Amino acid sequence: MTVRYTKDHEYVRIDGDVAVVGISDYAQGQLGDVVFVELPEIGKSVTRGKEAAVVESVKAASEVYAPISGEVVEVNSELEGAPGLVNEDAEGKGWFLKLKVTKPDELSELMDEAAYKAFVDTL
Amino acid sequence: MASSPDSHSPSEPLLETPLAAAHGALGARMVPFAGYLMPVQYPEGILAEHNWTRTHAGLFDVSHMGQALLVGPDHETTARALEALAPADFVSLAPGKQRYSQLTADDGGIRDDFMATRPADPAADGTLILVVNAACKGADFAHIEANLPSTVKLVQRPERALLALQGPEAAMVMARHCPEAADLDFMTALPLAFDGVPVEVSRSGYTGEDGYEISVAAEDAPALWAALLAEPEVKAIGLGARDSLRLEAGLCLYGHDINLSTSPIEAALNWSIQKRRRLEGGFPGADRVQRELAEGPARVRVGLKLEGRAPAREGAEIASNGEIVGRVTSGGFAPTLQAPIAMGYVPPALSAPGTRLDILVRGKALPAVVTALPFVPTRYARKQKTGG
Repeated sequence: MTVRYTKDHEYVRIDGDVAVVGISDYAQGQLGDVVFVELPEIGKSVTRGKEAAVVESVKAASEVYAPISGEVVEVNSELEGAPGLVNEDAEGKGWFLKLKVTKPDELSELMDEAAYKAFVDTL
Repeated sequence: MASSPDSHSPSEPLLETPLAAAHGALGARMVPFAGYLMPVQYPEGILAEHNWTRTHAGLFDVSHMGQALLVGPDHETTARALEALAPADFVSLAPGKQRYSQLTADDGGIRDDFMATRPADPAADGTLILVVNAACKGADFAHIEANLPSTVKLVQRPERALLALQGPEAAMVMARHCPEAADLDFMTALPLAFDGVPVEVSRSGYTGEDGYEISVAAEDAPALWAALLAEPEVKAIGLGARDSLRLEAGLCLYGHDINLSTSPIEAALNWSIQKRRRLEGGFPGADRVQRELAEGPARVRVGLKLEGRAPAREGAEIASNGEIVGRVTSGGFAPTLQAPIAMGYVPPALSAPGTRLDILVRGKALPAVVTALPFVPTRYARKQKTGG
């Protein structure tokens, strides 16, 4: 399975033609306690670099950008009652949404895990 | 992912409090705040810090706040000098008592809010101890100095740190180091010794909990901080939880819930203006305050509890039947209530608890109910009920 990251700290995990999107473990650590996640409607088209969701910590709201373009096919409804999953397991159970990828070549512009790690180390 | 960063001009160097090293040792996340580098949270995070303060005792570094003395020949002269700038009754303030007030502008807006204490020590009579907000302190002190009679002087106290110990176990902890602090009533203050070190202790704070604020010489602050933090009931708490705690307590944050455009009456701070001052006036903006007391203000600060889990933040519009009627001035998630809460201004006709309104968040109308403040009951150490 391929995982890629953006400089804005979203991740996308490719599983066949479906992409699982969320925020990185580094991002959840920076945000602090997540108290609410606003997810898009199923069927919505999202464009790479544009808002796909909103994550709210105790302190502030942050936009989550789509790391890759696609159509929303599923959202993580567990986050509604348990937004803390984002803190506990950002890159696992704390995923935000699944996309049917429309522009797979966009993936090549994202960082792989090693590159993202190196990027985070510079912050 | 992106969020609006704290506004800070990088050209100005950030100041540090005397406890900067202590925050670093604890692994605090430091952010620019009011010209200072301050701990917004420690590794456990805002929710844990908030809940710890509500159940045990939280230790806050609030040394960025502005401390000063007003020094005059006698209490009445000094009190009247302050009364010329603020609407509270300071003349009647008894020795050892504190009062919350605002520096008002000529049009009745609020320049800042502050605490004033009349020292308990008769030898210090003629002095009032002031604590003002960090972001306003430069402007406040210049404004006060420019408006004092020649017999009263403002003495800034940059050499002092300020710590707050807040929570239901604060009194128990404090008694181990400073037994006399247990006898203090809410909004009273005494000069005391903390493990032998001279401190000025008041039974006050900004969390809605029982607790103390402790003013101490900067060089003694790290030892005092360490002594309190060594107690099992105490954890260090950052500005993030300080904000969620004060919001639950329904307390105003200057620059957000109150500012130059809001009057003390609009802000529902009527309780902080004692009867004599309401009648006599004699403070900046008295015309507006007296008019709003008589006729009612055009808008008033209220508490709002949102349905659902989405928080409404500062700036969100408040609507009634599709019409915009006001704006949120503070908002967030209330850890104690496990629900989003906010404060904002609405017309008085829509200010009764139970009134149903909407708050517009990202294009959605979130249902909200006007709620009596505080959201979370305060637990101040009041020996007896005192009149407003």
